[in-house]
Amino acid sequence: MAMGGQGGGVLVDWIVALCESQQWAAQSTSVPGVAQRTGATVYFIETLPLPQDVPPGVRPVLSLMAVPGEVDVVIGAELMEAGRAIQRGLVTPDRTTLIASSHRSYAVIEKQVPGDGIGDAEAVYAAANVSARRFIAFDMAEIAEKSGSVISAALFGALAAAGALPFPRQAYETVISTSGVSIEPSLRAFALGFAGATDAMGAPKRVASKPKHFLSLLPIGHAGYDLLIDQARRKFPAAVHDMIGSGLQRVVDFQDLAYGAEYLDLLAGMLALDTEAKGHVLTVTAAKYIAVAMAYDDVFRVAELKTRGSRFDRLRAEIGVTPDQLVYTTEFMHPRLDEVLGSLPAKIGKIFEQWPALVRRLDKFVNRGRRLNTSKLGGFLVLYILAGLKRFRRVTLRHSIELEHRNKWLALVKASAEVDYELAVEVLATRRLVKGYSDTHSRGQSKFERVMSAVKRLTGRPDAADWVRRLREAALRDEDGVALSGALKTIDSFLYPGSSAEV
Amino acid sequence: MTERSFAKEVRDLELGAGEVFRGEGILAITKALLQSGVGYVGGYQGAPISHLMDVLSDAQGTLAKLGVQFSASASEASAAASLAASVMYPIRGAVTFKSTVGTNVASDALANLASSGVKGGAVIIVGEDYGEGSSIMQERSHAFAMKSQIWLLDPRPNLESIVKAVEESFELSEASNTPVMLEVRIRACHVHGSFVAKDNKPPPFTLKQALENPSRDSDRIVLPPASFVHEKEKIRLRWPAAVSFIKERKLNEFFFGDLNEVGIIMQGGMYNGVMRALQRLGLADVWGATRIPLYCMNVTYPLIDDEIADFCAGKQAVLIVEEGQPEYIEQSINTILRRRDLNTKIFGKDVLPMAGEYTANVLLEGLRAFLTVNLPSSLSDQARAPNKLQIDDDPHVKTLAGAVPPRPPGFCIGCPERPIFAAMKLVENELGPHHVAADIGCHLFSILPPFNIGTTTMGYGLGPASAAAFNVESDKKPISIIGDGGFWHNGLTSSIGNAVYNKQDGVILIVDNYYSSATGGQDLLSSRANNNSRSTQHPIAKAVEGIGATWVRQIDNTYDVTKIRDTLREALITKSPGPKVIVASSECMLNKQRRVKPAFHKAVKGGVRMVRERFGVDEDICTGDHACIRLSGCPSLSVKRTDDPLKDDPVAVVDNSCVGCGNCGEVADAAVLCPSFYRADIIYNPTSFDRFVGQLRSAVIGFLQRRRARRGIAFT
Repeated sequence: MAMGGQGGGVLVDWIVALCESQQWAAQSTSVPGVAQRTGATVYFIETLPLPQDVPPGVRPVLSLMAVPGEVDVVIGAELMEAGRAIQRGLVTPDRTTLIASSHRSYAVIEKQVPGDGIGDAEAVYAAANVSARRFIAFDMAEIAEKSGSVISAALFGALAAAGALPFPRQAYETVISTSGVSIEPSLRAFALGFAGATDAMGAPKRVASKPKHFLSLLPIGHAGYDLLIDQARRKFPAAVHDMIGSGLQRVVDFQDLAYGAEYLDLLAGMLALDTEAKGHVLTVTAAKYIAVAMAYDDVFRVAELKTRGSRFDRLRAEIGVTPDQLVYTTEFMHPRLDEVLGSLPAKIGKIFEQWPALVRRLDKFVNRGRRLNTSKLGGFLVLYILAGLKRFRRVTLRHSIELEHRNKWLALVKASAEVDYELAVEVLATRRLVKGYSDTHSRGQSKFERVMSAVKRLTGRPDAADWVRRLREAALRDEDGVALSGALKTIDSFLYPGSSAEV
Repeated sequence: MTERSFAKEVRDLELGAGEVFRGEGILAITKALLQSGVGYVGGYQGAPISHLMDVLSDAQGTLAKLGVQFSASASEASAAASLAASVMYPIRGAVTFKSTVGTNVASDALANLASSGVKGGAVIIVGEDYGEGSSIMQERSHAFAMKSQIWLLDPRPNLESIVKAVEESFELSEASNTPVMLEVRIRACHVHGSFVAKDNKPPPFTLKQALENPSRDSDRIVLPPASFVHEKEKIRLRWPAAVSFIKERKLNEFFFGDLNEVGIIMQGGMYNGVMRALQRLGLADVWGATRIPLYCMNVTYPLIDDEIADFCAGKQAVLIVEEGQPEYIEQSINTILRRRDLNTKIFGKDVLPMAGEYTANVLLEGLRAFLTVNLPSSLSDQARAPNKLQIDDDPHVKTLAGAVPPRPPGFCIGCPERPIFAAMKLVENELGPHHVAADIGCHLFSILPPFNIGTTTMGYGLGPASAAAFNVESDKKPISIIGDGGFWHNGLTSSIGNAVYNKQDGVILIVDNYYSSATGGQDLLSSRANNNSRSTQHPIAKAVEGIGATWVRQIDNTYDVTKIRDTLREALITKSPGPKVIVASSECMLNKQRRVKPAFHKAVKGGVRMVRERFGVDEDICTGDHACIRLSGCPSLSVKRTDDPLKDDPVAVVDNSCVGCGNCGEVADAAVLCPSFYRADIIYNPTSFDRFVGQLRSAVIGFLQRRRARRGIAFT
């Protein structure tokens, strides 16, 4: 089971050549066709030893497709493809050795979700554990990359190590050596695959997901910042420290120390509503989302992040540039007049807002894609200067808008907290919906508002918090808020039975 | 240039007598054609027979040596029409295409050919695209054979049988003056096996000889009264000739078994599946021995009445294994037995499903049901009532339904068609959804997420034609799509000419990627590369204008999303009458990379200064809303969970498979998405000037960066 473009055909050819070299009869089939274009595809090999006494010319009659329940080895070139094989009934506890690369290559429907649509890898491990006789899983994509080869070679190595076919390792390597192309890297990947499988034999490995990295709430040797840290440590219970460590740094980095103090004040307001009995969940949630809300994504922020020295280093590492290579980066900016007005002092910006016709006309001059090369002086300077202007951020129109949103939201949190602690937590967490830039941002904002308006209607019900959580999850499921509308309708159907109130 | 190079396979085509050929079924057929003394070959590419065309295309040298003429036909109709060379001359010809779509297109020529009858063997190799892996509507080629009276061979799916069937097809065709269709299913085309080769045979009578000594016979031309004579001749002469040839040469096979009360009649292509089912029931072994007698029809049309009657006589019941519907063979066998008053019970579509592929489990259940009723003693208790596989019911396995995502095929990394549909999506956001008539080709992937564009497909090159009815006054025009493959196949006349003539008020978007990409990257009339054996570089826009379209826009860079969006918008709102044709051209990335990548690596190795572009995402700036992915779906643009505790959702990430096509930047720009994308131009082997300027730049930039960092707070 593989995806088109993964080189499944190469692996199949190797296995057939291997079997034939050991005097086995082997037959392979596949149904590639158009499925090769990145889709899931299936290859099938049937092989058996040729006994000595078979009269010449007599050949086995082999099947052209896999028979569920009678498959000895299933190889999944990607984790979900292994899952698909289990779903097709090809993996059975009495005989199947399941070899899978534990890496994920996400399908479009997983990636396109506005929230987190990644399929549950653990489900595959759980199913493999009950359905396979032996389950061997480890990250072979990494091996392939490390050895400058393809995943097929690593899978071939794993197959050899699994010992499901009674052939010596040498026989496998001979097949690779006589195949003709990129022999050295293939043998390297084969060896690593062999070792990896031997390692993973008893316990299938997982691709470790990075745990959240909390910044510690400890002094860093900067007098002003350390003062804030000290304050925070004294004011807030230990359960909140981790999140504040990250939140405070984000906020101070976004603006300045005073902004950090403002953050701590807002949090203190939340702490006053909180109780230890609930494990300070409210304050932890507030520490996260208030930081996100305060460090909103504006022109100055983007300019600053794009021009930092640390970014230049990270980028070189990310794209794998060697020291002897040069790299130039082009940034794709598309400012609209909205962003320009947002960066003006609030008073001036508001005047413009009263002249929509003028704004539209001006937008024509501004609203276009601008490409800036940040590794050349011209492009760099534009963003560098913009980033420097962040010190005026507090007087901008954008800031006043953000401030207004924030105040409204936190007022609702407070109001909710008085009647329903869990609901207040959910109201805080709903801030997750506001993200992205321009249209995407407006869409997220409007989803947020729709959930907030439902909060008011739900307040007082025992299941209010639960419903707000469901609304948020629905809002993250699709771009246009179809699932959200459905969920809101359901709410209205029990809030106002009989009426057909539309939200 | 095709997707695969067939250099090795071309060598295999030259194997001589006694040497062992190893390879794919479809390549074995190619070799069999040469061994049969074929004089000419034509066809139209498409899975599962593309490789036959591709290998012949690469084997021009071998063909020239043998004196075999090869055409890459413009369509299946062109291919089938070329068999006319075998009507008057004793020359063997073969054509190939996928079925039933190709057979549909070819059927006019095939019907005429079958009426005229042939002197030289005429063989049509059809790739039966039925069941898993198929990309077309599910139908049988059998109906075409019956309606035009073309004999149909369906050999057992192993290389020896298939090769033998090719050779016999020519002989059968000549013996009965009738064209022969050879049907091979998807898996059989891709089955890996071996056979002992024979020497290639140059055609004994050549096309050149024919041209220099033309001959004609008005009795062979399809026009009354000859056409009425043909119809009777088919039954009076050709049918009996075929029947006796098939009988004498034993094209169909009997496999004896000791359980004579029952038997199985099957299409040759079903043999391996049936044998495996019998093995699982304990009634056969892997070496071909069976306890149930089998009648394997390597020829499925015509049926050989005597053979069927002989097989059924004395049997209590017979099972017919016939894939697909309707059950033509089963019906015919019932008629044969009734006429002879044989009372053998016929089982078939009652124990096997009427429709769909006969997979291993389907056959097993069908055979089990048949034997349970008719010969229960043949089955062990375990075979009659096996333990159900428990594993399917395990809750852990059931959970997978929600966790394993479907993975349909989609646009490749850097595909030039992606930005076209991204632009369409943007126009849809502005002007609302439109009726979109889709067509056949890679561009049909637009119907899937993330684009979800396209309502119908009516056949290759028929996208714009399928929007013809919508030629009415409306505020919204229909949009129709057609690829360059479909365009040259028949779209120029059926779709564009049709739209021009009928003043069809709609938008026609021609997706031109320089190749017939969905079928493996074959060249076309409008391909941009030089092709020594074909005439290319005929622009689509010129053809469209030539046929009378006046509103024509040529866009030479599909990655310019803004331009495509604006052109599409203009086409949708203009008052100009008639079709609005947009030709959007950029090279198929799969083919381009195959060409460019090796050259790039070679140059880098040789120390030449080279620039590679790729895209990236600034993780800090990405907010994880995935709007970019909803306008892309590129395999190299993915997501990853971050370690930032302030971020809930995975952020976008571009992996190293990125080819720097530009779509990400263009879309981020045209859709005003977000500033997280950047393009990195990586300079390999920079010159000393590059280095000097680079150092200068990074010195100044570095100074400014350090200056700001000093003034800020240094977080550790």
